[in-house]
Amino acid sequence: MTTIVKQTTKLIAGMIFMYGIYVIVHGHLTPGGGFAGGVIMAGSFILLILAYGSDFLKLLKEESGTTMYENLAMIVVLFLAVSGLLIGTHVFFLNWIPKGTVGHLVSAGILPLYNIFVGIEVAASIVTIFLALIIFKEEVSK
Amino acid sequence: MEIAISVITGFMIIGALYAIHARDLLSAVIACGIVGYSLVICFLLLKAPDLAIVQIVIETITLIIMVAVVLDSTREEKYQKFDRQGYFTAILSILIIVVLFYFMMNSVSSLDPFGEGKLRMAQSYVEGATEKTGSANLVTGVVFDFRGYDTLGEATVLVTAVLGVLTIMRIKGKK
Repeated sequence: MTTIVKQTTKLIAGMIFMYGIYVIVHGHLTPGGGFAGGVIMAGSFILLILAYGSDFLKLLKEESGTTMYENLAMIVVLFLAVSGLLIGTHVFFLNWIPKGTVGHLVSAGILPLYNIFVGIEVAASIVTIFLALIIFKEEVSK
Repeated sequence: MEIAISVITGFMIIGALYAIHARDLLSAVIACGIVGYSLVICFLLLKAPDLAIVQIVIETITLIIMVAVVLDSTREEKYQKFDRQGYFTAILSILIIVVLFYFMMNSVSSLDPFGEGKLRMAQSYVEGATEKTGSANLVTGVVFDFRGYDTLGEATVLVTAVLGVLTIMRIKGKK
């Protein structure tokens, strides 16, 4: 791509990433949440790869990283769900952390934690699919 | 509002039909985009901003990926001649459409008017969600608290889809 595209991407990608984090963290207060924010975060990475070409991030190494983050986040979500079985009334998906005041950033008990880890999982999954397609193309053209 | 949604649904049908019959695959992909973005407007008219955000972001990412894939292909669709088997398939699909339409009309006539039906379950979700979950956004309260199993299933489906893509999209086997 041309220099203009590269410089604009360099300026914008970080802001898109921050906006994804905002949507995830405020998921229990405003519209949005883990799924939407995760895809926005993945979008910033896809923008970088599209602008700088496939050599930019040393893709083969990145792919194993994203796969690992995706699976780890999924396991953490499962552990959070199972932790409800150990505490209080012993129900799967129990909201056992104190709920706090409605409308504050730190409130709603365990829901923000679910949002954050589902967000990581979704972002890593979509980046992994994109990288798999790029690596497939590189392997074919070799 | 019903008129607006009907018009937008008409646009979606036209876009989908064009996507099937377009000769250039790039214009077919962009016609699929009409369907997705019209769905966003439908969600906004029905007052569902959560769904609208997810749909608009997913649609954009899918469109980028599909355009990147199509630009690397020959961009032309293969056409087959319309032979005897084609006629049989066409008659069969028209028959299935008639049967499905008949049963759909039967079931629609017994529904409540649009936007006024009140399920007992939904009522109790809407009334008690904020106190029970402590979440100001009611959708998050339902998705991660009342319907936690569903969300766990969705996330697991995504992980499985990624594993499938990684398994299929590999020419050389990974040791």
